[in-house]
Formats: sequence, structure tokens, C-alpha cells
Amino acid sequence: MKVQQIVVRGIIYLFLIAVAVTCLIPFYSMIITSTHTNTDIAQKLLLVPGDQLGENYKRLMASVNIWRGLANSVFVAVIATALDLYTASLVGYGFSKYNFRFKNGLFMVVLATMMVPGQLGIIGFYKLMDTFHMLDTYWPMILNGLSSAFGVFLIKQFADDSVPNELLESGRIDGYGELQIFHRIMLPLLSPALATYAIFCFIGKWNDFLTPMIVLFDNNKQTLPVMIASLRSQFTADFGAQYVGIVISVVPILVFFSAMSKRIISGVAAGAVKG
Amino acid sequence: MKTKVNKSAYGYLFISPFFIAYTVMGLVPILYTLYLSFTKWDGFTDPVFVGLANYERLLHDTFFYQTIGNTLIIWIFSIVPQLILALLLALILNEKFIRGKHFFRAVFYFPHIITPITLGVMFALMFDWQTGTINKLLMNAGLIQDPVHWFNSPWWSRIIAASVICWQYFGFNLIVFIAGMQSIPTEVFEAAQVDGATKKQVALRITLPLLRPVFLFTLITSVIGGLQLFDAPLMLGDGPGNSGRTMIMYLYETAFKAFDYSYGGAIAYGIFVIIMFFTAITTRATRMLKE
Repeated sequence: MKVQQIVVRGIIYLFLIAVAVTCLIPFYSMIITSTHTNTDIAQKLLLVPGDQLGENYKRLMASVNIWRGLANSVFVAVIATALDLYTASLVGYGFSKYNFRFKNGLFMVVLATMMVPGQLGIIGFYKLMDTFHMLDTYWPMILNGLSSAFGVFLIKQFADDSVPNELLESGRIDGYGELQIFHRIMLPLLSPALATYAIFCFIGKWNDFLTPMIVLFDNNKQTLPVMIASLRSQFTADFGAQYVGIVISVVPILVFFSAMSKRIISGVAAGAVKG
Repeated sequence: MKTKVNKSAYGYLFISPFFIAYTVMGLVPILYTLYLSFTKWDGFTDPVFVGLANYERLLHDTFFYQTIGNTLIIWIFSIVPQLILALLLALILNEKFIRGKHFFRAVFYFPHIITPITLGVMFALMFDWQTGTINKLLMNAGLIQDPVHWFNSPWWSRIIAASVICWQYFGFNLIVFIAGMQSIPTEVFEAAQVDGATKKQVALRITLPLLRPVFLFTLITSVIGGLQLFDAPLMLGDGPGNSGRTMIMYLYETAFKAFDYSYGGAIAYGIFVIIMFFTAITTRATRMLKE
């Protein structure tokens, strides 16, 4: 029995490690390959780092300013996430702490918008942005997420469960206006829920590809995913440069994730249970 | 009583941003797309009303039917292994004796936060038939003599697209399933232990049945997401005879590459009908399973 148990556990660990290796090895291979010449990439199986990273990087930077793309992505994602968090809190708070007619019906409408596929209105969206003269600006990406049903839902749930109404009443007795109550009492109390939602929201904006792809024309304004997508066509035969581009887009996330993995995963788990 | 009236008016004020934003950025574009789908519009001149012409064209468009098939094939090939793997790993990681749980969860989840576009390019490079690592690896291991031309085969193209999706999402589903398992009250497991149930019995008779709502919810939501596959498959390319082209890729190529916006609108509504249809079927099927 004892021996059998050890064997079973050994197999289980081997399985876990095999899956973990499968998850990581593509990234390892990317980093290694990015440090070799194009001839070596074409001819050999590369397992150890080479010394060509600088050369590949120079060729990449000569035609694609990937750091500019990274900066653009950070700029758009941070602003869009901040605005999205603020509006989701306003709406979630409104649904949680006020009583008004049609409240449940309106909340069902909010949830129903989650069922509508995101790409359904994309052509009308493009035409509308054209009409608003917002093409080739960051406004479409920033305004796009201001109606996140998931964020509203998450924050309403949190406010229902963990923010006592007495606190808000005491604010009213102290003579606060309704907006003051929201800003001074509610927002600080919502911060755990906001931290969870911020992770979802930021990843979503960071990964957004279709919207920037269709509304931005100026190459210097493009976000990182669009620049990565253009590597394939710009460096058809220059694999070294393509690999370096991928590495630059993955490594910051790898560092960020290593530092924050506990928070991110517990945030995802919390969001998933609520959803 | 006066405060009550006050409060209700403020309630509308607080929730109004959602409805304003959704109307302007969501509803208007959706209806505008519907209007454009009844016109002929190339993006430069004014739209001309043509009635149902775009929809008639859509009904006879074999390319469109092909993309429906491709999308379903890629979706099924990715969702089945993805859910099995996630469930199996969640059961394992929920065991007490496993060490390094957090490490494994973090590693399994990592691919999910990488941009799908990046993953698409990565896999396209890895499976490149001349320079890709996969062929080098297989040849060095002596499994194949000549490099395999992966993207020249319809089935390999689809399987590679499906494996990118599977690889990216199983970690996310794993986290969801573990969260679901941890929300099962511990008394249930304690009672089972007192009754002398084996681990296999606990997993099959308690954990899995109690996890069913979470599992079914994941399945239903995956239909909406899975049928909108776009980013990663776009980077892998259309494949031979368009065998790797998904519905949204067709929409994108028609509207934003061929500048046939109005026909793109008709495709968008076609895709909407198909997604609703399959969501309804899945919901129906899972409801039958529950009874």
C-alpha cells in the first residue's frame, strides 16, 4: 500500500511538471532563439543562448519602434482602466445602495449586455468614430469600455455584501452630499473589489487588438499588439528580429506576473466565483 | 420620507453613466451596423440602400459556411481537451499532499495573461516548417526524417490554432474550477471521510457533482467566446484553402481589408445569429443534463 501510494504520487508530480514545462518551454525557446543569427535559426536546434541579441534588436528597431508601442499600450490601458473603474463603481454603487423604480429590470438589462458578442457592432462603431472625428485618436479605446457589465456586477456584489448602509447614513447625518458620500466613504471601502476588477480590466485593455487595428492609422500611435502583428509582414525572412519583438512583448509581463502572481490569481479566483 | 425620494432620484443619476455609455458606444453601433447591412457602402462614398441584397449574398456564400465549420472545429478541438485538463489538474491541486500548489497554479495560469496576438506569432514561428523549433526538435529526436509543412495541411492548421487556444485558456479554467471546489463546504468532505470514502469516491461522488454548476457555466460562456476566435488564428494565417479562417477573421477581412463594410455588417449579423443559436443549444443541452 505504501509503495503504491509513492508510485501514484510520483506519477502525479511527473504529470504536473510535464504540464508546467509545456507552459514555459515556448517562452524559453523564444528567448534563446532571439539571441542567434538567422542562419543558425534556420539550421540548428537551439538550446543555449547565443550572442546575437544586440544585432537582431538593432535590425528590429531600425523599422519598428517597439518601445513606443509599449509606451502607447501602457498609456491607453492605464487611462482606460482608471475611467472604467470609476464608472463601474458609480453604477455598481447606484444599484447597490439606492432604491428606485425598475431597479431590478434595469439591472437585468445590464447583465443582458454581457450576452451580446463584442464584434456585432464593430462596423457601425468604425463609422460612428469617423463621424465623431475620433479616428486615429485614442478616444475609441478609452470610451469603449465605459459600459462594462462585469465590472458593475462585481462592484454591486461587493457593495451589497461588505459595505454597511449605516456608514452611508452616518455620512448623510454629517451633512455630506450624495457625491461626497460616494467619493469619501464608498470609494475607499470598495478598494478590494476595485483591485480585483482592475486586474481583469487592465489585461483586457492591454490585449485589445481589433479596435486599435481598425481605428489607428499612424504607425507611431499603434499599440503593442498591433506592432507585434505587423512583425510577420515586415520581417518576412528576418526571424531573429521577429523573435526579439516577441521577447520584448513577453518579458515585461513575465516580470510583472512573477511579482504579482499571488494577487492576480486570487483576484481572478474571486472574480470567477462572483461571476 | 423625504430622504427616500431624494435617494431614488440619485440612484438614476449614479447608474446613468452605464446606460449613456452603452447606448452611444454599444447600441448605436449595433443598430448602425444593421442599417449599413441593408446598404452598399465602401467607406468613401455615401451608403446606398439595397434592401436584403447583402443577406441574399450571405445565404449563398460558401466562404461564410466554410468559416462556420472551421470555427466550430477549432472550438471543439480546443474546448474538450481544455476542460478535461483543467478539471483533472484542479482535482490534483485540490489534494492536500501536493506541495508547491501556488507555483503550479501560477505557471499554468501564465499563458492566459499573454496577449493572444503574441501567442499567435509565437506559435506561427515555432511551427514554421523551415526555421521552427518544433520540426528541429522532432528531427533531432528521430521521429521524422523531413520537416513537416504544418500550415500546408488543413487539419494541422486547425489543430495548431486549437492548441494555442487550449494552451492559453486551460489555466484560467483551472483557477475557476479550484475556486469552485473551495467554495464547497468542508463539512461535506469531513462527513465523507468519517464514512470512510476513498479519494476516488470523494472526487466522483462529491466534488464533481457539486462542481457541475461551475462547469456548465464555463461551458456556456465558452461558446460565446470560442465562436469569436480571432486574434491568435489571424496570426497563424488562413491555412490552405482557407481551412483555418474563422468567422470573425472573415468579417475583418471583408470589412477592413476589402472595404466592403456593408457586406461585413451582414456577416456580423450572420455570426450573431449563429452564436445565439449555439448558445441556445448548449443551454438546452446542459439543462437536460441537469434533470
